[in-house]
Amino acid sequence: MILLDPVWTALLYLAAAVFFILALKGLNSPRTARRGNLLGAFGALVAVITVFLSARLDNIPWILGAIAVGTAVAAPVARRVQMTQMPQLVALFNGVGGGAAALVALLELGHAGESWVRLAVVFTLLVGAVSFAGSAITFAKLQELMTTRPMVFPGLPVLMAAVLIAALGAATAVVLTGSLALALILMVLGLAAGVLLVLPVGGADVPIVISLLNAFTGLAVAASGLVLGNVLLLVAGTLVGASGTILTRAMAAAMGRSVAGILFGAFRGGSTAGSTTASDRPVRSSSAEDVAVLLGYAQRVIIVPGYGLAVAQGQHTAAELAQALEARGIQVDFAIHPVAGRMPGHMNVLLAEANVPYESLKEMGEINSEFRTADVALVVGANDVVNPAAKTSSGSPIYGMPILEVADARQVVFLKRSMRPGFAGIENDLMFEPQTTLLFGDAKESLTKVLGAVKGL
Amino acid sequence: MDPISLLTITVLAVFVGFEVVSKVSSTLHTPLMSGANAIHGIILVGAIIVAGQAADPWVLAVALLAVVLATANLVGGFVVTDRMLEMFRGRKKPGLENTGSGNREVQK
Repeated sequence: MILLDPVWTALLYLAAAVFFILALKGLNSPRTARRGNLLGAFGALVAVITVFLSARLDNIPWILGAIAVGTAVAAPVARRVQMTQMPQLVALFNGVGGGAAALVALLELGHAGESWVRLAVVFTLLVGAVSFAGSAITFAKLQELMTTRPMVFPGLPVLMAAVLIAALGAATAVVLTGSLALALILMVLGLAAGVLLVLPVGGADVPIVISLLNAFTGLAVAASGLVLGNVLLLVAGTLVGASGTILTRAMAAAMGRSVAGILFGAFRGGSTAGSTTASDRPVRSSSAEDVAVLLGYAQRVIIVPGYGLAVAQGQHTAAELAQALEARGIQVDFAIHPVAGRMPGHMNVLLAEANVPYESLKEMGEINSEFRTADVALVVGANDVVNPAAKTSSGSPIYGMPILEVADARQVVFLKRSMRPGFAGIENDLMFEPQTTLLFGDAKESLTKVLGAVKGL
Repeated sequence: MDPISLLTITVLAVFVGFEVVSKVSSTLHTPLMSGANAIHGIILVGAIIVAGQAADPWVLAVALLAVVLATANLVGGFVVTDRMLEMFRGRKKPGLENTGSGNREVQK
Protein backbone atom coordinates (compact mmCIF):
# COMPACT_ATOMS: atom_id res chain seq x y z
CA MET A 1 0.00 0.00 0.00
CA ILE A 2 1.27 3.48 -0.70
CA LEU A 3 0.33 5.98 1.96
CA LEU A 4 3.48 8.06 1.75
CA ASP A 5 4.54 10.03 -1.29
CA PRO A 6 8.25 10.09 -2.22
CA VAL A 7 8.89 13.36 -0.39
CA TRP A 8 7.57 12.09 2.93
CA THR A 9 9.40 8.82 2.40
CA ALA A 10 12.67 10.66 1.85
CA LEU A 11 12.07 12.84 4.93
CA LEU A 12 11.36 9.83 7.14
CA TYR A 13 14.47 8.05 5.86
CA LEU A 14 16.44 11.20 6.61
CA ALA A 15 15.03 11.17 10.15
CA ALA A 16 16.09 7.54 10.55
CA ALA A 17 19.62 8.39 9.33
CA VAL A 18 19.82 11.22 11.87
CA PHE A 19 18.76 8.82 14.63
CA PHE A 20 21.58 6.48 13.59
CA ILE A 21 24.13 9.30 13.76
CA LEU A 22 22.84 10.31 17.20
CA ALA A 23 23.02 6.66 18.26
CA LEU A 24 26.71 6.37 17.34
CA LYS A 25 27.39 9.73 18.96
CA GLY A 26 25.63 8.63 22.15
CA LEU A 27 27.63 5.42 22.30
CA ASN A 28 30.79 7.51 22.73
CA SER A 29 30.13 8.25 26.39
CA PRO A 30 29.02 5.93 29.22
CA ARG A 31 26.40 8.44 30.34
CA THR A 32 24.53 8.61 27.04
CA ALA A 33 25.34 5.18 25.62
CA ARG A 34 22.13 3.41 26.53
CA ARG A 35 19.96 6.24 25.27
CA GLY A 36 22.03 6.29 22.10
CA ASN A 37 21.34 2.63 21.45
CA LEU A 38 17.59 3.18 22.01
CA LEU A 39 17.65 6.09 19.54
CA GLY A 40 19.23 3.76 17.00
CA ALA A 41 16.53 1.15 17.56
CA PHE A 42 13.87 3.84 17.20
CA GLY A 43 15.43 5.01 13.93
CA ALA A 44 15.33 1.44 12.64
CA LEU A 45 11.66 1.14 13.61
CA VAL A 46 10.85 4.38 11.75
CA ALA A 47 12.68 3.10 8.67
CA VAL A 48 10.93 -0.28 8.66
CA ILE A 49 7.47 1.26 9.05
CA THR A 50 8.32 3.74 6.29
CA VAL A 51 9.23 1.04 3.80
CA PHE A 52 5.92 -0.72 4.40
CA LEU A 53 3.96 2.49 3.86
CA SER A 54 5.89 3.84 0.89
CA ALA A 55 6.53 1.02 -1.58
CA ARG A 56 4.19 -1.19 -3.55
CA LEU A 57 4.84 -4.51 -1.85
CA ASP A 58 3.42 -7.95 -2.52
CA ASN A 59 3.80 -10.93 -0.21
CA ILE A 60 3.29 -8.78 2.90
CA PRO A 61 2.04 -11.67 5.09
CA TRP A 62 5.14 -13.65 4.14
CA ILE A 63 7.41 -10.73 4.92
CA LEU A 64 5.80 -10.12 8.30
CA GLY A 65 6.12 -13.83 9.02
CA ALA A 66 9.83 -13.75 8.16
CA ILE A 67 10.35 -10.73 10.41
CA ALA A 68 8.54 -12.55 13.22
CA VAL A 69 10.77 -15.59 12.75
CA GLY A 70 13.95 -13.50 12.77
CA THR A 71 12.84 -11.68 15.90
CA ALA A 72 11.70 -14.84 17.66
CA VAL A 73 15.11 -16.41 17.06
CA ALA A 74 17.38 -13.43 17.74
CA ALA A 75 15.74 -11.52 20.59
CA PRO A 76 15.63 -14.34 23.19
CA VAL A 77 19.19 -15.39 22.34
CA ALA A 78 20.42 -11.80 22.67
CA ARG A 79 18.55 -11.39 25.95
CA ARG A 80 19.68 -14.61 27.57
CA VAL A 81 23.23 -15.08 26.28
CA GLN A 82 25.93 -15.32 28.92
CA MET A 83 27.94 -12.12 28.96
CA THR A 84 31.07 -14.20 28.40
CA GLN A 85 29.66 -15.42 25.09
CA MET A 86 28.63 -11.99 23.88
CA PRO A 87 31.58 -11.48 21.47
CA GLN A 88 30.65 -14.50 19.38
CA LEU A 89 27.02 -13.43 19.33
CA VAL A 90 28.02 -10.04 17.93
CA ALA A 91 30.09 -11.88 15.31
CA LEU A 92 27.08 -14.01 14.43
CA PHE A 93 24.72 -11.06 14.05
CA ASN A 94 27.32 -9.30 11.93
CA GLY A 95 27.66 -12.34 9.69
CA VAL A 96 23.93 -12.75 9.03
CA GLY A 97 23.71 -9.05 8.18
CA GLY A 98 26.46 -9.51 5.59
CA GLY A 99 24.70 -12.58 4.27
CA ALA A 100 21.42 -10.68 3.94
CA ALA A 101 23.17 -7.91 1.97
CA ALA A 102 24.74 -10.47 -0.38
CA LEU A 103 21.36 -12.15 -1.01
CA VAL A 104 19.68 -8.80 -1.70
CA ALA A 105 22.38 -7.95 -4.25
CA LEU A 106 22.08 -11.37 -5.88
CA LEU A 107 18.33 -10.94 -6.39
CA GLU A 108 18.69 -7.40 -7.69
CA LEU A 109 21.21 -8.34 -10.37
CA GLY A 110 18.42 -8.93 -12.87
CA HIS A 111 17.16 -5.35 -12.40
CA ALA A 112 20.60 -3.79 -12.67
CA GLY A 113 20.99 -2.42 -16.18
CA GLU A 114 23.62 0.28 -15.89
CA SER A 115 27.16 -0.90 -15.37
CA TRP A 116 27.81 1.24 -12.24
CA VAL A 117 24.77 -0.40 -10.60
CA ARG A 118 26.18 -3.80 -11.53
CA LEU A 119 29.48 -2.71 -10.01
CA ALA A 120 27.61 -2.00 -6.76
CA VAL A 121 25.94 -5.43 -7.05
CA VAL A 122 29.24 -7.31 -7.34
CA PHE A 123 30.76 -5.28 -4.51
CA THR A 124 27.84 -6.05 -2.19
CA LEU A 125 27.88 -9.69 -3.19
CA LEU A 126 31.60 -10.16 -2.64
CA VAL A 127 32.01 -8.13 0.56
CA GLY A 128 28.77 -9.48 2.07
CA ALA A 129 29.92 -13.05 1.40
CA VAL A 130 33.37 -12.37 2.88
CA SER A 131 31.74 -10.91 5.96
CA PHE A 132 29.32 -13.83 6.32
CA ALA A 133 31.96 -16.57 6.01
CA GLY A 134 34.58 -14.66 8.01
CA SER A 135 32.11 -14.07 10.84
CA ALA A 136 31.12 -17.73 10.83
CA ILE A 137 34.76 -18.76 11.30
CA THR A 138 35.17 -16.07 13.98
CA PHE A 139 32.11 -17.45 15.75
CA ALA A 140 33.50 -20.99 15.58
CA LYS A 141 36.83 -19.82 17.00
CA LEU A 142 35.30 -17.90 19.90
CA GLN A 143 32.82 -20.66 20.67
CA GLU A 144 35.81 -23.02 20.56
CA LEU A 145 34.12 -25.20 17.98
CA MET A 146 37.51 -25.12 16.30
CA THR A 147 41.01 -24.25 17.43
CA THR A 148 41.48 -20.66 18.54
CA ARG A 149 45.03 -20.65 17.32
CA PRO A 150 46.21 -19.32 13.97
CA MET A 151 45.67 -21.92 11.25
CA VAL A 152 48.20 -21.73 8.49
CA PHE A 153 49.19 -24.27 5.90
CA PRO A 154 51.77 -24.09 3.14
CA GLY A 155 50.31 -22.44 0.09
CA LEU A 156 47.73 -20.42 2.00
CA PRO A 157 48.97 -17.07 0.62
CA VAL A 158 48.99 -18.54 -2.90
CA LEU A 159 45.49 -19.94 -2.47
CA MET A 160 44.25 -16.61 -1.10
CA ALA A 161 45.77 -14.74 -4.03
CA ALA A 162 44.24 -17.23 -6.47
CA VAL A 163 40.78 -16.84 -4.90
CA LEU A 164 41.04 -13.05 -5.01
CA ILE A 165 42.16 -13.01 -8.64
CA ALA A 166 39.36 -15.41 -9.59
CA ALA A 167 36.88 -13.23 -7.69
CA LEU A 168 38.12 -10.14 -9.50
CA GLY A 169 37.71 -11.94 -12.82
CA ALA A 170 34.22 -13.18 -11.96
CA ALA A 171 33.25 -9.70 -10.75
CA THR A 172 34.39 -8.13 -14.04
CA ALA A 173 32.48 -10.75 -15.99
CA VAL A 174 29.30 -10.13 -13.97
CA VAL A 175 29.55 -6.38 -14.56
CA LEU A 176 29.92 -6.97 -18.29
CA THR A 177 27.34 -9.74 -18.77
CA GLY A 178 24.99 -9.61 -15.78
CA SER A 179 25.10 -13.41 -15.66
CA LEU A 180 23.42 -14.92 -12.59
CA ALA A 181 25.51 -18.10 -12.74
CA LEU A 182 28.72 -16.07 -12.64
CA ALA A 183 27.29 -14.07 -9.74
CA LEU A 184 26.74 -17.31 -7.82
CA ILE A 185 30.36 -18.30 -8.52
CA LEU A 186 31.45 -14.87 -7.27
CA MET A 187 29.49 -15.41 -4.07
CA VAL A 188 31.15 -18.79 -3.50
CA LEU A 189 34.57 -17.19 -4.07
CA GLY A 190 33.63 -14.50 -1.55
CA LEU A 191 32.76 -17.17 1.01
CA ALA A 192 36.11 -18.88 0.39
CA ALA A 193 37.96 -15.58 0.75
CA GLY A 194 36.20 -14.91 4.07
CA VAL A 195 37.27 -18.29 5.45
CA LEU A 196 40.86 -17.87 4.27
CA LEU A 197 41.00 -14.34 5.68
CA VAL A 198 40.12 -15.37 9.23
CA LEU A 199 41.76 -18.81 9.52
CA PRO A 200 45.29 -17.48 10.09
CA VAL A 201 44.18 -15.00 12.75
CA GLY A 202 45.10 -15.96 16.30
CA GLY A 203 42.51 -16.20 19.06
CA ALA A 204 43.56 -13.05 20.91
CA ASP A 205 43.21 -10.97 17.75
CA VAL A 206 39.75 -12.24 16.86
CA PRO A 207 37.88 -9.25 18.42
CA ILE A 208 39.67 -6.89 16.05
CA VAL A 209 38.64 -9.07 13.14
CA ILE A 210 35.01 -8.91 14.29
CA SER A 211 35.26 -5.13 14.23
CA LEU A 212 36.84 -5.22 10.77
CA LEU A 213 34.15 -7.54 9.40
CA ASN A 214 31.57 -5.24 10.99
CA ALA A 215 32.97 -2.40 8.88
CA PHE A 216 32.87 -4.73 5.85
CA THR A 217 29.19 -5.46 6.35
CA GLY A 218 28.60 -1.72 6.66
CA LEU A 219 30.24 -1.18 3.28
CA ALA A 220 28.22 -4.02 1.73
CA VAL A 221 25.01 -2.44 3.03
CA ALA A 222 26.09 0.95 1.68
CA ALA A 223 26.66 -0.57 -1.76
CA SER A 224 23.27 -2.30 -1.59
CA GLY A 225 21.83 1.20 -1.09
CA LEU A 226 23.33 2.11 -4.48
CA VAL A 227 21.84 -1.06 -5.99
CA LEU A 228 18.34 -0.32 -4.70
CA GLY A 229 18.62 3.46 -5.04
CA ASN A 230 17.86 3.69 -1.32
CA VAL A 231 19.59 6.63 0.37
CA LEU A 232 18.99 5.34 3.91
CA LEU A 233 20.87 2.10 3.25
CA LEU A 234 23.63 4.10 1.60
CA VAL A 235 24.01 6.50 4.53
CA ALA A 236 23.60 3.95 7.34
CA GLY A 237 26.00 1.49 5.69
CA THR A 238 28.59 4.19 5.02
CA LEU A 239 28.35 5.40 8.63
CA VAL A 240 29.03 1.90 9.93
CA GLY A 241 31.78 1.31 7.38
CA ALA A 242 33.59 4.54 8.31
CA SER A 243 33.10 4.37 12.08
CA GLY A 244 33.91 0.66 12.05
CA THR A 245 37.21 1.36 10.32
CA ILE A 246 38.18 3.96 12.92
CA LEU A 247 37.08 1.66 15.73
CA THR A 248 39.08 -1.25 14.33
CA ARG A 249 42.19 0.90 14.29
CA ALA A 250 41.53 2.15 17.83
CA MET A 251 41.10 -1.42 19.10
CA ALA A 252 44.26 -2.57 17.36
CA ALA A 253 46.13 0.39 18.85
CA ALA A 254 44.91 -0.55 22.35
CA MET A 255 46.58 -3.93 21.85
CA GLY A 256 49.70 -2.46 20.28
CA ARG A 257 48.96 -4.21 17.00
CA SER A 258 48.42 -3.09 13.46
CA VAL A 259 45.46 -4.35 11.46
CA ALA A 260 47.72 -5.50 8.63
CA GLY A 261 49.97 -7.30 11.13
CA ILE A 262 46.98 -9.18 12.53
CA LEU A 263 45.64 -10.24 9.14
CA PHE A 264 48.92 -11.10 7.51
CA GLY A 265 51.20 -11.77 10.50
CA ALA A 266 50.66 -15.51 10.32
CA PHE A 267 51.41 -15.46 6.61
CA ARG A 268 54.88 -14.07 7.15
CA GLY A 269 56.39 -15.89 10.10
CA GLY A 270 55.93 -19.59 10.72
CA SER A 271 56.63 -19.24 14.43
CA THR A 272 53.53 -17.39 15.56
CA ALA A 273 51.62 -20.58 16.14
CA GLY A 274 52.58 -20.91 19.82
CA SER A 275 52.04 -24.20 21.58
CA THR A 276 49.22 -26.05 23.25
CA THR A 277 51.28 -28.40 25.35
CA ALA A 278 51.67 -27.80 29.06
CA SER A 279 55.20 -27.05 30.13
CA ASP A 280 56.98 -29.28 32.62
CA ARG A 281 59.28 -26.62 34.02
CA PRO A 282 59.12 -26.48 37.82
CA VAL A 283 56.72 -23.98 39.40
CA ARG A 284 55.80 -23.16 42.98
CA SER A 285 52.22 -24.12 43.71
CA SER A 286 50.57 -23.63 47.05
CA SER A 287 47.30 -24.01 48.94
CA ALA A 288 44.35 -21.65 49.23
CA GLU A 289 45.27 -21.05 52.89
CA ASP A 290 48.76 -19.85 51.95
CA VAL A 291 47.30 -17.50 49.38
CA ALA A 292 44.81 -16.21 51.97
CA VAL A 293 47.66 -15.42 54.37
CA LEU A 294 49.56 -13.58 51.63
CA LEU A 295 46.48 -11.52 50.83
CA GLY A 296 45.20 -11.05 54.37
CA TYR A 297 48.42 -9.51 55.69
CA ALA A 298 49.12 -7.31 52.69
CA GLN A 299 48.54 -3.57 52.63
CA ARG A 300 47.78 -3.27 48.99
CA VAL A 301 46.37 -5.89 46.64
CA ILE A 302 45.79 -5.51 42.91
CA ILE A 303 43.53 -8.06 41.29
CA VAL A 304 44.10 -8.76 37.59
CA PRO A 305 40.99 -10.46 36.19
CA GLY A 306 41.09 -12.30 32.87
CA TYR A 307 38.92 -14.39 30.67
CA GLY A 308 39.34 -17.46 32.92
CA LEU A 309 37.52 -15.56 35.66
CA ALA A 310 34.66 -14.79 33.33
CA VAL A 311 34.40 -18.36 32.03
CA ALA A 312 34.27 -19.71 35.57
CA GLN A 313 31.58 -17.11 36.39
CA GLY A 314 33.83 -16.12 39.29
CA GLN A 315 33.40 -12.35 39.06
CA HIS A 316 30.93 -12.28 41.97
CA THR A 317 33.32 -14.26 44.18
CA ALA A 318 36.17 -11.96 43.16
CA ALA A 319 34.04 -8.97 44.17
CA GLU A 320 33.30 -10.62 47.54
CA LEU A 321 36.98 -11.33 48.11
CA ALA A 322 37.77 -7.68 47.39
CA GLN A 323 35.15 -6.63 49.96
CA ALA A 324 36.50 -9.06 52.58
CA LEU A 325 40.02 -7.72 52.07
CA GLU A 326 38.83 -4.13 52.23
CA ALA A 327 37.08 -4.94 55.50
CA ARG A 328 40.55 -5.80 56.84
CA GLY A 329 41.76 -2.35 55.81
CA ILE A 330 43.56 -3.49 52.69
CA GLN A 331 43.48 -1.33 49.61
CA VAL A 332 42.14 -3.39 46.71
CA ASP A 333 41.98 -2.39 43.06
CA PHE A 334 41.12 -4.23 39.87
CA ALA A 335 43.59 -3.70 37.02
CA ILE A 336 41.77 -3.92 33.71
CA HIS A 337 43.78 -4.59 30.60
CA PRO A 338 42.14 -3.03 27.52
CA VAL A 339 41.61 -6.47 26.02
CA ALA A 340 40.97 -8.43 29.20
CA GLY A 341 38.19 -10.86 28.49
CA ARG A 342 37.76 -11.30 24.81
CA MET A 343 36.98 -7.81 23.63
CA PRO A 344 37.99 -4.32 24.69
CA GLY A 345 35.73 -3.33 27.56
CA HIS A 346 34.43 -6.87 28.07
CA MET A 347 35.90 -7.19 31.57
CA ASN A 348 34.40 -3.89 32.69
CA VAL A 349 30.98 -5.20 31.70
CA LEU A 350 31.49 -8.46 33.59
CA LEU A 351 32.75 -6.80 36.78
CA ALA A 352 30.07 -4.13 36.68
CA GLU A 353 27.58 -6.99 36.52
CA ALA A 354 29.11 -8.31 39.77
CA ASN A 355 28.62 -4.91 41.45
CA VAL A 356 32.28 -4.00 41.61
CA PRO A 357 32.26 -0.21 42.03
CA TYR A 358 33.32 1.62 38.88
CA GLU A 359 36.01 3.50 40.87
CA SER A 360 37.91 0.31 41.74
CA LEU A 361 38.31 -0.58 38.09
CA LYS A 362 41.61 0.95 37.02
CA GLU A 363 42.65 1.19 33.41
CA MET A 364 46.09 -0.02 32.44
CA GLY A 365 47.74 3.38 32.05
CA GLU A 366 46.51 4.42 35.47
CA ILE A 367 47.50 1.32 37.43
CA ASN A 368 50.75 0.21 35.81
CA SER A 369 52.96 2.53 37.90
CA GLU A 370 51.20 1.35 41.07
CA PHE A 371 52.17 -2.32 40.88
CA ARG A 372 55.48 -1.25 42.45
CA THR A 373 53.65 -0.33 45.65
CA ALA A 374 51.50 -3.49 45.70
CA ASP A 375 52.27 -6.34 48.06
CA VAL A 376 50.34 -8.88 46.06
CA ALA A 377 49.20 -8.98 42.45
CA LEU A 378 46.46 -11.60 42.23
CA VAL A 379 46.12 -12.77 38.63
CA VAL A 380 42.85 -14.62 38.17
CA GLY A 381 42.41 -16.50 34.91
CA ALA A 382 44.58 -14.08 32.93
CA ASN A 383 47.78 -14.95 31.15
CA ASP A 384 48.60 -13.16 27.90
CA VAL A 385 47.86 -9.68 29.29
CA VAL A 386 50.56 -10.10 31.96
CA ASN A 387 53.05 -12.02 29.84
CA PRO A 388 56.47 -10.29 29.81
CA ALA A 389 57.14 -11.97 26.46
CA ALA A 390 55.14 -9.11 24.97
CA LYS A 391 58.04 -6.82 25.96
CA THR A 392 61.07 -9.06 25.68
CA SER A 393 60.62 -11.68 22.99
CA SER A 394 60.33 -10.18 19.54
CA GLY A 395 59.38 -13.50 17.97
CA SER A 396 56.29 -13.86 20.13
CA PRO A 397 52.85 -13.39 18.56
CA ILE A 398 51.94 -10.92 21.31
CA TYR A 399 55.19 -8.93 20.99
CA GLY A 400 54.43 -5.23 21.23
CA MET A 401 51.16 -5.60 23.11
CA PRO A 402 51.18 -3.38 26.21
CA ILE A 403 50.94 -5.53 29.35
CA LEU A 404 50.07 -5.06 33.01
CA GLU A 405 53.34 -4.85 34.93
CA VAL A 406 52.47 -7.42 37.59
CA ALA A 407 56.14 -8.45 37.82
CA ASP A 408 56.74 -5.20 39.74
CA ALA A 409 54.59 -6.37 42.65
CA ARG A 410 56.34 -7.93 45.65
CA GLN A 411 54.43 -11.19 45.24
CA VAL A 412 52.50 -12.52 42.27
CA VAL A 413 49.78 -15.11 42.73
CA PHE A 414 48.31 -16.86 39.70
CA LEU A 415 44.99 -18.65 39.98
CA LYS A 416 45.01 -20.98 36.99
CA ARG A 417 43.15 -24.00 35.76
CA SER A 418 46.28 -25.73 34.53
CA MET A 419 49.69 -25.01 33.07
CA ARG A 420 48.10 -24.89 29.63
CA PRO A 421 49.13 -21.64 27.87
CA GLY A 422 46.63 -18.82 27.39
CA PHE A 423 44.41 -17.86 24.49
CA ALA A 424 47.34 -16.78 22.33
CA GLY A 425 49.09 -20.08 23.03
CA ILE A 426 52.32 -18.74 24.52
CA GLU A 427 54.07 -19.81 27.68
CA ASN A 428 54.40 -17.19 30.42
CA ASP A 429 57.86 -16.96 31.97
CA LEU A 430 56.49 -14.99 34.88
CA MET A 431 55.04 -18.20 36.29
CA PHE A 432 58.51 -19.62 36.85
CA GLU A 433 59.86 -16.58 38.73
CA PRO A 434 60.73 -16.97 42.45
CA GLN A 435 58.22 -14.30 43.54
CA THR A 436 55.35 -16.18 41.88
CA THR A 437 52.96 -18.60 43.56
CA LEU A 438 50.42 -20.68 41.68
CA LEU A 439 47.11 -22.01 42.89
CA PHE A 440 45.63 -24.52 40.48
CA GLY A 441 41.93 -25.04 39.96
CA ASP A 442 38.79 -23.53 38.50
CA ALA A 443 38.93 -19.77 39.12
CA LYS A 444 35.65 -19.66 40.99
CA GLU A 445 36.40 -22.64 43.23
CA SER A 446 39.86 -21.30 44.05
CA LEU A 447 38.46 -17.88 44.85
CA THR A 448 35.77 -19.40 47.06
CA LYS A 449 38.42 -21.35 49.01
CA VAL A 450 40.65 -18.29 49.34
CA LEU A 451 37.67 -16.20 50.42
CA GLY A 452 36.76 -18.75 53.10
CA ALA A 453 40.34 -18.83 54.35
CA VAL A 454 40.59 -15.02 54.42
CA LYS A 455 37.42 -14.83 56.50
CA GLY A 456 38.91 -17.37 58.92
CA LEU A 457 42.13 -15.41 59.50
CA MET B 1 18.92 9.58 -8.01
CA ASP B 2 21.87 10.47 -10.23
CA PRO B 3 25.30 8.97 -9.47
CA ILE B 4 26.89 12.30 -8.54
CA SER B 5 24.31 13.06 -5.83
CA LEU B 6 24.80 9.56 -4.45
CA LEU B 7 28.56 10.02 -4.46
CA THR B 8 28.18 13.34 -2.62
CA ILE B 9 26.02 11.73 0.04
CA THR B 10 28.48 8.85 0.42
CA VAL B 11 31.51 11.09 0.88
CA LEU B 12 29.74 13.25 3.46
CA ALA B 13 28.56 10.14 5.32
CA VAL B 14 32.14 8.84 5.44
CA PHE B 15 33.25 12.01 7.20
CA VAL B 16 30.34 11.90 9.63
CA GLY B 17 31.23 8.28 10.38
CA PHE B 18 34.85 9.21 11.08
CA GLU B 19 33.93 12.17 13.27
CA VAL B 20 31.30 10.45 15.30
CA VAL B 21 33.63 7.85 16.86
CA SER B 22 36.71 9.91 17.59
CA LYS B 23 38.19 9.55 21.10
CA VAL B 24 36.18 6.69 22.53
CA SER B 25 37.61 5.11 25.70
CA SER B 26 38.45 1.44 25.30
CA THR B 27 35.74 0.65 27.87
CA LEU B 28 33.11 1.49 25.27
CA HIS B 29 34.73 -0.13 22.25
CA THR B 30 32.65 -3.28 22.56
CA PRO B 31 29.23 -1.62 22.95
CA LEU B 32 30.06 0.82 20.16
CA MET B 33 30.99 -2.00 17.82
CA SER B 34 27.84 -3.86 18.78
CA GLY B 35 25.69 -0.75 18.25
CA ALA B 36 27.21 -0.14 14.82
CA ASN B 37 26.62 -3.81 14.09
CA ALA B 38 22.92 -3.37 14.87
CA ILE B 39 22.69 -0.33 12.60
CA HIS B 40 23.79 -2.20 9.49
CA GLY B 41 20.89 -4.55 10.19
CA ILE B 42 18.91 -1.85 8.40
CA ILE B 43 19.62 -3.96 5.31
CA LEU B 44 16.23 -5.29 6.43
CA VAL B 45 14.69 -2.39 4.50
CA GLY B 46 16.42 -3.62 1.34
CA ALA B 47 15.38 -7.21 2.00
CA ILE B 48 11.73 -6.14 2.47
CA ILE B 49 11.77 -4.21 -0.82
CA VAL B 50 13.21 -7.19 -2.72
CA ALA B 51 10.77 -9.63 -1.09
CA GLY B 52 7.88 -7.30 -1.84
CA GLN B 53 8.72 -7.26 -5.54
CA ALA B 54 9.35 -11.01 -5.87
CA ALA B 55 7.09 -12.77 -8.34
CA ASP B 56 8.94 -16.05 -8.73
CA PRO B 57 8.64 -18.42 -5.71
CA TRP B 58 12.38 -19.09 -5.65
CA VAL B 59 13.18 -15.40 -5.61
CA LEU B 60 10.64 -14.96 -2.82
CA ALA B 61 12.20 -17.80 -0.82
CA VAL B 62 15.70 -16.32 -1.07
CA ALA B 63 14.37 -12.83 -0.29
CA LEU B 64 12.52 -14.11 2.78
CA LEU B 65 15.72 -15.77 3.95
CA ALA B 66 17.39 -12.36 3.63
CA VAL B 67 14.53 -10.83 5.65
CA VAL B 68 15.02 -13.38 8.45
CA LEU B 69 18.81 -12.84 8.52
CA ALA B 70 18.50 -9.05 8.44
CA THR B 71 15.89 -9.07 11.21
CA ALA B 72 18.19 -11.21 13.36
CA ASN B 73 20.99 -8.70 12.79
CA LEU B 74 18.80 -5.68 13.54
CA VAL B 75 16.77 -6.89 16.52
CA GLY B 76 19.47 -9.07 18.05
CA GLY B 77 22.05 -6.32 17.60
CA PHE B 78 20.09 -3.67 19.45
CA VAL B 79 18.99 -6.06 22.21
CA VAL B 80 22.50 -7.37 22.92
CA THR B 81 23.92 -3.82 22.92
CA ASP B 82 21.25 -2.79 25.39
CA ARG B 83 22.17 -5.70 27.63
CA MET B 84 25.83 -4.70 27.61
CA LEU B 85 24.94 -1.14 28.47
CA GLU B 86 22.64 -2.19 31.30
CA MET B 87 25.84 -3.09 33.13
CA PHE B 88 27.21 0.42 32.89
CA ARG B 89 24.82 2.24 35.18
CA GLY B 90 26.64 4.20 37.87
CA ARG B 91 26.75 2.89 41.43
CA LYS B 92 27.05 6.29 43.06
CA LYS B 93 23.44 7.34 42.53
CA PRO B 94 21.19 4.96 44.46
CA GLY B 95 18.14 7.14 43.79
CA LEU B 96 18.38 6.55 40.07
CA GLU B 97 18.00 2.79 40.11
CA ASN B 98 16.97 1.53 36.75
CA THR B 99 13.50 0.06 36.94
CA GLY B 100 12.77 -0.81 33.33
CA SER B 101 13.84 -4.24 32.26
CA GLY B 102 15.06 -2.77 29.01
CA ASN B 103 12.60 -4.87 27.11
CA ARG B 104 11.52 -3.30 23.92
CA GLU B 105 10.65 -4.30 20.43
CA VAL B 106 12.16 -3.22 17.17
CA GLN B 107 10.09 -5.29 14.87
CA LYS B 108 6.83 -4.28 13.34
